[in-house]
Amino acid sequence: MSNAAYLLIPMESEGEFHAPGIGEFLGLPALFFADTPFEINRIILVRLLAIALMLFLFWFALRKPTRVPGRNQSIAELALGFVQVQIADQILGKDLGRRYLPLLAGLFFGILAMNITGVVPFMNISGTSIIAMPLVLGLVAYVVFIYAGIKALGPGKFFKNSLFPAGVPWPIYILLAPIEFINIFIVRPLSLALRLLLNMMVGHLLLVLCFSATNFFFFTAGGWVGLFGVGTLAFGFIFTFVEFAVYILQAYIFTLLTAVYVQQAVAEEH
Amino acid sequence: MPELVLAAEAESNPFLPAIYDITWSLVVLLVVMVFFVRFAIPRFRQILDDRAEAIEGNIAKADDAQRKAEAALEQYTAQLAEARVEAGQIREQARADGQRILAELREQATAEANRVTATAKAQIEAERQAAVLSLRSEVGSLAIDLASGVIGESLNDDARASAMVERFLADIEATENTAPSAGKN
Repeated sequence: MSNAAYLLIPMESEGEFHAPGIGEFLGLPALFFADTPFEINRIILVRLLAIALMLFLFWFALRKPTRVPGRNQSIAELALGFVQVQIADQILGKDLGRRYLPLLAGLFFGILAMNITGVVPFMNISGTSIIAMPLVLGLVAYVVFIYAGIKALGPGKFFKNSLFPAGVPWPIYILLAPIEFINIFIVRPLSLALRLLLNMMVGHLLLVLCFSATNFFFFTAGGWVGLFGVGTLAFGFIFTFVEFAVYILQAYIFTLLTAVYVQQAVAEEH
Repeated sequence: MPELVLAAEAESNPFLPAIYDITWSLVVLLVVMVFFVRFAIPRFRQILDDRAEAIEGNIAKADDAQRKAEAALEQYTAQLAEARVEAGQIREQARADGQRILAELREQATAEANRVTATAKAQIEAERQAAVLSLRSEVGSLAIDLASGVIGESLNDDARASAMVERFLADIEATENTAPSAGKN
């Protein structure tokens, strides 16, 4: 075990401040179905609850649609309209945007719901803050943009367009093709997954750090040192808002990049 | 104990997904995608289409109503013009009829007047004839009376003769004067 990993292991000793670590995300005790492929721990439970709530809200708002929308329906329409206008139509245009809107909306609201639990009291952790979820989502984006490219251009043209972009003298391709290959077919899905995962993990660690430090200063340290707790509490407060923005932003970026990758894949020329 | 080490590695490496994590990620993904593909987005589009349709429908309906109103207005205007023409014709007809009736009446009146005049003239003529006849017979008898008177008296006495003529004329005048009054009565 490296020193860095050692630092991330939570310390158990009483009376000392212990920084939050990787234990926030890994090795959590199982709540249901322990040691099966369906084991549910705290984060999985939060993930499932977040998704269930999000689906319920959409179902509730859209269950009896009316021509003149009520308040709930208006909000649902506004939310879906945001993905439709700002992501699908703007990046992909009307026709492609129409085809990929369900996927993009599912990505956006799924990620948003799982992210937002990071600042929801009693949940306090994002459903996307362990690796499989971002990885699966990245994989979806990966499969979708390759599928879109092959469907629009045929496999030959798609790979040729991707690996040998037009307007470059041919010797450059010796260098460019491998770079493009790594970029498009390896880095893209991984970067989507890791960007999301790390933002969620780091955000959570920051919040836990602020609040556990506050807790430490107020109740454990005592004396004049306890005044530092005011500062850490304020930071925690501010970072809660920052994280809220980050959660929305990450959902938006993930969806937007997926749309951009699809758009690049189906484009005749780069 | 290599297994334990491996387990510890997996437990502490945030980039190695656990099996259950993958399971629940796939479940979540599937549910979310099915929901958005089968329910949320179709419903969303249905709402928008329905609204667009309703708006277009209302516009079409309004257009239709406008067209109908214009047609009705045109019809009424035409009917009004027709009615005006008809009224004018009726008025003309009435005027013509009036004039005709007036002329007829005037004609009738003239004819009646002529008839009355003619009757009166005929009557006057008849009375005049009757008067002439009676006068003639009376004048005859008077002449005979006068002649007999003249013969009875001396025809030498100029004074007497002239007095007798005077008396005779006075008699006639007297008869003339009494006769009309007697005729009047």
